[in-house]
Parts: sequence; C-alpha cells; structure tokens
Amino acid sequence: MSATMDATVAKTERPPLISSQRWRLVALVMVGVAVMSTARIISDNSDLTSSGTFGVALRTAVPIGLAGLSGLIAERSGTINIGLDGMMVMGTIFAGWWGWEYGPWMALLGGIIGGMMGGLVMSVATTTFGVNHIVAGVAINLIAPGIARFMASELFVGVQGGSVTSSPGNSGSMGSFTMPFLSGGELFGWQTPDIFGWFEDTGWFMIADAAGFMKGMTTDITWDVMLAVGLFFGMAYFLWHTPLGLRLRFSGERPSAADSLGVSVHKMRYLGMAISGGLAGMGGAVLVLFANRYQENQVAGRGFLGLATMIFGNWMPAGTAAGAGLFGYASGITLRTNPEDLVNALFLAAAIGLAVTAMYMAYRRSASGAGTVLVFSLLAFWAYFAVKEPNNQLVFVTPYVVTLIAVTVGAQRLRPPAEEGIPWFKGMQ
Amino acid sequence: MFERIWRAAIAPLVAAAAAILISSIALLISGNNPVDAFVEMWKTIDSTAAVIDIINTAVPLYISGIAVAIGFKMNLFNIGSNGQYILAALVAGWAGAEVSLPPVLHVLFVFAVAMTVGGSWALIAAVLNVTRNVNVVVATIMLNYIAVGLSAFLLSEYFRDSENGGLVAQTKVMPESARIPPLDPIFEFFGFDFGERVDLLGFLPVAIALGVAYYVLLNRSLFGYELKLSGMNADAAQSAGVNPKRMVLITLFMSGAVAGMIGLPFLLADSDFYKYGDAFPVTLGFTGLGIALLGRNSPVGVAAAAIVWATIEVATRRLGSLGIPPEIGKILQGSFLLAAVIAYEVVRRRNDAAAAEAAAAATREERTPPPTPEAAPIGATS
Repeated sequence: MSATMDATVAKTERPPLISSQRWRLVALVMVGVAVMSTARIISDNSDLTSSGTFGVALRTAVPIGLAGLSGLIAERSGTINIGLDGMMVMGTIFAGWWGWEYGPWMALLGGIIGGMMGGLVMSVATTTFGVNHIVAGVAINLIAPGIARFMASELFVGVQGGSVTSSPGNSGSMGSFTMPFLSGGELFGWQTPDIFGWFEDTGWFMIADAAGFMKGMTTDITWDVMLAVGLFFGMAYFLWHTPLGLRLRFSGERPSAADSLGVSVHKMRYLGMAISGGLAGMGGAVLVLFANRYQENQVAGRGFLGLATMIFGNWMPAGTAAGAGLFGYASGITLRTNPEDLVNALFLAAAIGLAVTAMYMAYRRSASGAGTVLVFSLLAFWAYFAVKEPNNQLVFVTPYVVTLIAVTVGAQRLRPPAEEGIPWFKGMQ
Repeated sequence: MFERIWRAAIAPLVAAAAAILISSIALLISGNNPVDAFVEMWKTIDSTAAVIDIINTAVPLYISGIAVAIGFKMNLFNIGSNGQYILAALVAGWAGAEVSLPPVLHVLFVFAVAMTVGGSWALIAAVLNVTRNVNVVVATIMLNYIAVGLSAFLLSEYFRDSENGGLVAQTKVMPESARIPPLDPIFEFFGFDFGERVDLLGFLPVAIALGVAYYVLLNRSLFGYELKLSGMNADAAQSAGVNPKRMVLITLFMSGAVAGMIGLPFLLADSDFYKYGDAFPVTLGFTGLGIALLGRNSPVGVAAAAIVWATIEVATRRLGSLGIPPEIGKILQGSFLLAAVIAYEVVRRRNDAAAAEAAAAATREERTPPPTPEAAPIGATS
C-alpha cells in the first residue's frame, strides 16, 4: 500500500529545487528573511524585525523551548511526559522561594531541583510501577499546583509583599550581557561600536532585518537565557554524540534490545526523567526570573506548548528550538508597544510566506498541498486587510492552531521514538 | 463476595493511608499539628449542611469524571474535556438566555446545545485522528487552549450581556423557565429539613441518571462490549469486526457531549450563577481526569471518587481558623490520586500474574511431560 503510494508520489512530484540539504536550509532562511523584510516595508512597521522585538521573542521563547527540550529527552528515553507542565509549576514555586531568600542564581537552581523532584516522582510511577504514562502525567499535573499553593501559603503569606498567589520578589537580579563591537556592549568601561545597530537603522531590504535579528540575539541577554540556549546545544551533543546519550535513546527505541546489550533501561529512563524534570523546572525558573517573582498560574500551559513544539520539531532539538522561536515570537510581540499593529504586520508576513510556499509546492506539482496552503495564505491576506485590531484572546490561540495544523499536515512525516509510552520490565520481548 | 470487596478496596485503602501520611508529613514540616488538622476536618463535615455541600460539589465532578471515563475505557485519552465544557457552557449559557421556551423544554434545549457543542469540539480531535492519524492526546490538548481563547473571544465580543453596562464579561442570566429548582421541597415533604443555609441542588438526579446510563451502556449494550474490548486488546477487537475508526469517532463524541454537561449544574441549578462569567469554575475538566482515574472508570467507583474529592474540598475549608493552610486539601487529593494509580497498577499486575500462574499450572497438569519451569513466568509477563 505505502510502496505503491510512494511510487505514484515519485512519478508526479518533482525533486526539490536544491538537492543539498544544507543549501536548502540556507535558502529557507534567506527566503524567510526576505518575506519578513517585505512585510516590514509594505506594512511600514519597522518594529516587526527590530532588535527589541527579537529580544523579547527570545525571552518568551526560552521557557517554551526548555519545556520542549524537557519533553524531548523524556520521550527519547521512553517516557511520555505529559506531567512536564506540573514540573514547570514546581520549578516556579521553588525558584520563587529560593530567589526571594537567596537571590537569582539560587532561584535557577531551586527551579531545577523542584522540577527534578517532580520528574523523579513521576518516574517512580511510570518506570518502577509501570503506570500508564498519560495517567501518571495527568496525576502530576493535578498535584503540582496544589503543592505550589500549599508552599506559597506557608512561605509567602504574612511576608511584606508576599501572598498565597505571589512571592515577595527576588532579591537582586541576574546580570546581562551585550556583545561588544557587534551590538555596542561595554568592554572595560569603554563603549564599543554598535555595528548591528547601525545596519538595523539603515532600513535596507533584508540587511536591516538580519541585523535586527542578530542585535536582538546579542543585546541584554541575561545569563539564564544564555544558559538555556547553551543547553540546547549541550543536549543535542549529549544525545547524539556520547555513549550515554546513545543508551538513553536506545531505551526509548528498543528497550529489550538495549537490555540484551547490557543497558539498564530503568536507569536510563530515570535519568531521562530527572533531566526532563530539571529542564522543565528551569523553564519555570526562567519565568520567575523574568517576572522577578513567583506568581500563581505563571506557567499558564507553557508545558503543553513545549510538548507541542517538540512534536512540531519532530522530536529533534533543532526543530524544537525552531518551534519555540516561532511561538516565542508570536507571543512575544504581544508584549511590545502597539501589539495590534505588529500582529497585523505579522498577518501580512504569514500571507506572503504561505503564498511563496504554495508557489513552491505548485512547482513540485503537489496540487492538493499547494491548494491547502494557498487557502491559508488568502485567509492571512484577508486578516491583514480586515482585522485592524486583532483580539488578544485570538492571538493567544495562534501557537496552538499552528501546532494543530502542523501535526495535521505533517503527521505522516513525524517520527516519535518507537517504544515511548510503553512500560517496560525485564524479560519483556 | 467478601474477597471481591476486599480485592477492590485494598488499593484505595492503601492509597488513602499513604495520602494521610504524606499530608501529615507536609503539615509537620510546615510546623502544624496533623492531628488538630484532621480533627478539625472531621468536625467540619459532621453536619447535614456539610453533607449537602459535599453532594453539590460532587455532582459536577462526577459528570466530569464520567465524561473522560468513557474514553479511558478504550484507552482513548480525552485530555481536552476542560476546553469542551468551557466552550459548551459559554454557548449554552448564551443560547439559553437568548431564547424563550416553556419550562421543561427550555432546560432540554440548553442540554442539547451544551452536549452538541462539547461533542462537536471533541469530534474535531476524533476526525483528525481517523483521517490524518493525529494523536488524540496532542489534538485534545491543543483544542483545550484553542477553546479557552475562543470562548474568551466570543464572550467579550459577542455573547456578553450588554444591558449590565457591559462592564462585566458575563452572559445574560438564565430565565426562570431554564432553571432546575432545588430538591429541598421533596425532602421537606418527607420530613427532612436541611435548614435555610443550604439547598440540595436539583442537578443530582441528572448525575444519577447519567451514572445509570453509563452503567447500562457499558454492561448491557453491544457498543459497551466493543468499547471494553477495544480497550483491552485493540487488535483482537479489530479482528472480531470492531471498526476502530468508528469507535474513536463515536466514543470521543460521547465523551465530549458528557463533558458539555459539566458546566450545566452552575448554569441551570445554582442560584449563585445561572450564567457564564468571571467566577465560573474553569478547571473542572482537569479535575475530572483525576476523578476518573481514582474511580477506575466504573460508574460506582467514579461516584465514590467524586464524593471523596468533594469531601476533602469541603472539609478543608475552615482549616484557616486554626492557622493551617486549607491548601493541605490539594496535597491530600493529589497524593491520594498518585498513590491510588500506583496501587491499582500493582494490584492489577499481581492479579494478572496470579491468573497467568493458575492458567500455567492448569496446562502443566494436562500435559506430560511437564514443560520447563522457566517457561511459565515468561508467558506470564508478556
């Protein structure tokens, strides 16, 4: 069945325009920049690709990305971690507590520890006792807010500035870093030139936008954000370039085969859940550091959004990061001044981007795909012209709709770890 | 008989003991006396008013538990019941206040709207699953947040009650004809008086009817048989002629339709509400997931779970007067749930192993020569 389908696909579809995968990626980025730049010039809204916007986008993307990475490592080791939203909640309460008592760095550590405890508790249920992973995750998600509320009522009530829904605030804030010479960071008290900033101000087609992106990525980056970005590279290296990482992935793909080669599947799954919980908790801590305090419901479903980015990114770190960036940008622009204009300009960018995609699909003779994408493109054009003041609630919904569309269109191409979610015990086939 | 009851009760009892232990530790760490706390909790629920309060609290929880239990029975995880009921309650609240109908018909109309909206929203996930192979858990989670955003949008833009100055985001109050009266008069007729402070809300019979319907569906209908069969062994069900796509579509629609009713006790029977608005409870769907897990998806078990959950909720309300945070109730509920799912799994594996051992012993007796001793455990675990 699938073989014949592949054959027909091969007959009618043209090969990709660029055969090298690396150059295809470069071309994709170039087209992306061109689309954003065109949208910026037509809508006359330079904030669409300004360094400030990208800076906020990075800041909002990091917790989502950490949640995605958390889900990724859990599922690679064989555990479906629906409970990571709860682990993020655990991260926020511990980060709020330690941040208030000991300062921002301890907030980060506290968040990691809090999340890790959640991950280990869940692993006891799923790995040792073989409880269904969805069931255990749901249980964790129900418990965590309760624990957070109990701890908050014990710790923060009666303290100046604190309440059951909010911590008194972090003592001190984490430093930040601006790249010298490129983005005008200071070097030993000397104000270096701001090259990206200069290019950004020129407004040149594509160059100003790329410079805005680069400046946004290198200006006023707090250390927790930088650490999180570094963790993406670290985790990718760990999972694909170290023996331990191989064993961990092995436990998610073929636990019985891993066991027969002497890998302790249970140990790997515990390790996966400990790291997963730690990353989720760190995501919570980043939220606390951004708001400078713990607040109830601070997580607001970002754990689930992280799971969405992981699926969107096909269980790969780069894809997860791209998904988190996209969602971070979409929700980050709502924090800028005049978010309505920005969302409006983003509709235009989406419309142009989808139109280009439709043209490419038509070139590859995928008629149904091109038609579907064209419909979405026209919808986005309509939204650009008709919706002058986009509703906040509908903007909030965007990432979830995008994910739903992505899994609907790409469900056949997605490949989760083969035996994730199946409890495994020694002696199983 | 006694052994059966004991078998069913052992896991929840162990879980309850674990939950009490964990909460006591939490109380001790935070410098409170656990004994004082549990004594106060007992005192709080030791009155007729409190019992009525518990029943009223348990009713929406029960509906919420049954909604997801239907799907759980065939390993179909409808995580999106929360979105389904919020959207359903909003649309039903708006539609119910817009139309004017005779009393009973009006209530039925609101039910029809709520169940259609909830079912249809769940059906989106089902259609994506059967046509595009999208994971049901992922689809329902996404639809949850889309429903929350969409209902906030609909409420603020279209369904808001504009006559109140439009300042508060809420739908119009339900007219008299759409309300279900409290049950107090019936009980007063038989000589029970609950007092002025509390009303036994009129939604209780609906919840009981739902439980009976669920029981009949599961145990006395072909569909229920197919549902359980699909849950136990999807491959066996398919080779026995059960169409898995049809099962997903119907089951998720039913699950969503029941989820659509979660908000109705507030809309139709609770004089504090009669409308969808700011104070409307918005996390009952998630709680229902826990209730269904606790009650092991059985009609009676889910009822017991809903009552336990509601009891903890009511019992902890007045702990604040002792300086003990009432939030200990959340710890109690949560640790009970987690301990229970673990205990159920352990007991299930024990029973499975015992059954497999018995079967293996029976085969050994029939056969000569006896098989190798190791053969039985491997067959038992696979």
